[in-house]
Amino acid sequence: MNRVKLFALQVLVMVVFLAIWHVITVYPLFGDVKTIQFFFSTPVAVLGRTFNQLTGTEIYWHLGITLTETVLAFAIGSAAGILFGFTFARHELLAAVFDPYIKASNALPRVVLAPIFALWFGLGIWSKVALGFTLVFFIVFFNVYQGVREVSPTVLANARMLGMNERQLFRHVYWPSALTWMFSSLHTSVGFALVGAVVGEYLGSSAGLGYKIHEAESVFDVTGVFSGMLILAIFVIAIDALVTMVEKRLLVWRPGQSSTTTV
Amino acid sequence: MELQSHPQHEAGGAISSSQTRSPQQVASEQVAAVALSGVDITFHIDGGKRYKAVTGIDLSVAAGEFVSVVGPTGCGKSTLLNAAAGLLVPSAGSVSIFGKPLSGLNRRAGYLFQADALMPWKTALDNVKVALEPMGVPDAEADAKAREWLGRVGLRAFVDRYPHMLSGGQRKRVSLAQMLIRNPEILLMDEPFGPLDAQTRQIMGNLLLDLWSKDRKALIFVTHDLEEAIALSDRVVVMSAGPAAGIVADYRVPLPRPRDIAEIRLEKAFHEIHRDIWASLRVEVQKAYAMGDGRELVGGATP
Repeated sequence: MNRVKLFALQVLVMVVFLAIWHVITVYPLFGDVKTIQFFFSTPVAVLGRTFNQLTGTEIYWHLGITLTETVLAFAIGSAAGILFGFTFARHELLAAVFDPYIKASNALPRVVLAPIFALWFGLGIWSKVALGFTLVFFIVFFNVYQGVREVSPTVLANARMLGMNERQLFRHVYWPSALTWMFSSLHTSVGFALVGAVVGEYLGSSAGLGYKIHEAESVFDVTGVFSGMLILAIFVIAIDALVTMVEKRLLVWRPGQSSTTTV
Repeated sequence: MELQSHPQHEAGGAISSSQTRSPQQVASEQVAAVALSGVDITFHIDGGKRYKAVTGIDLSVAAGEFVSVVGPTGCGKSTLLNAAAGLLVPSAGSVSIFGKPLSGLNRRAGYLFQADALMPWKTALDNVKVALEPMGVPDAEADAKAREWLGRVGLRAFVDRYPHMLSGGQRKRVSLAQMLIRNPEILLMDEPFGPLDAQTRQIMGNLLLDLWSKDRKALIFVTHDLEEAIALSDRVVVMSAGPAAGIVADYRVPLPRPRDIAEIRLEKAFHEIHRDIWASLRVEVQKAYAMGDGRELVGGATP
């Protein structure tokens, strides 16, 4: 299938969806239009509100807050995940002792921690960063742990035969291997950092995209909720595209990523 | 090391080592580059079982000598090499490197692995360059030397490729450059050309002989290919079928150098040597097959 045709079909799905939504909410097919619009709004209203918000300035302030929380949660969570992943992978005993506790903490649904974090860190950005951190940390931790443990024994033996000391082994063998695993989960961990931020905002805050959605919801402004969700989706797609770009740059040595670009 | 105190097992071959003494061998008795004496290696397997891979190994390799080790699959050839490299510690016996007992990794040796051992996240150039880092060579100098070595192994045009963009033979060339750039005094090779196709093996064999003949290092070459062993080496050592494999025969290869390993196989002298060595190797290969292609090696090894 060529790309133009595929794109046309993809657009068609959206048009059909919007058309059905429009017909149901504007024409009195299933009862009173006012009631239906109260529950489902209309595509024209949602798109109009979204456009107004995106051309205004206020939404960018909220997006900035959410972005700050996401970046902080990702950075701090990754740093801690890398540190602990390395330490545990190189110290068998430590990993064995903490194994049940790590599994238990990872099994806990993180949303239940949100009220605790709000209590500890207040309603500002740090309670959201903390929530995002608990999500990002485990993903990075498990991947780095695996990455260090699964270094090819031959590559390692070869590096040692080349005379590398521990520091050089770390720099040339363990670190790149762990980073590979971490980058392979980059989409997931960035996504979770954002989830942590938005859920945290939703549960209690005074700024951010989650707050905007919650605010609209509390006054039964369905148009505002859908519009907030749409902006959130655009935001996630933009971040994901950015991550894909970073990934392509960093994992250039991997088969499949760049093998088609060289002859 | 006193080679004579551990008499080598001789097969009935006409060209065996202790009967005809070359100058090289006399030198090896003074100070061998690698000397294994009475080496036993036992592995501990899950459930407290033990598997004796090799036993009573006496092997002495002189400086400048090219020695091949052949034997049936699973006989512990690689185990032997790992002991010489210091990657494995023998459970009995001793390993000496230029007369000094080996402790820890063998710093005077380079090792060429059978499997891919290059760092996949580094280009060919960086893989070769990084070999000089432990020696504290400045970056610019390391860069120049690495390019020179990649040129010597015929990869001048491929310096910026990552390992996955190179063919199996090209990756072996990078590994060869990576090993040789450090100028080790002893070269250890574990079936290095095993995964390659027949033509590439011959090309790599000639490249190896070419590089080696420039400044002859002690070289231990493990292979299961007897023809390759004879074509390359000064000496061929035959190991018995495992478990508890030992050295059963030690042959000198009196073929002149320089050699072309494709052409040398057509010579009469080559066939005579091949026939003699194969006579003792065949017995071991048949034993290995009789044991179920190695499947029962572990089961039969309970102490």
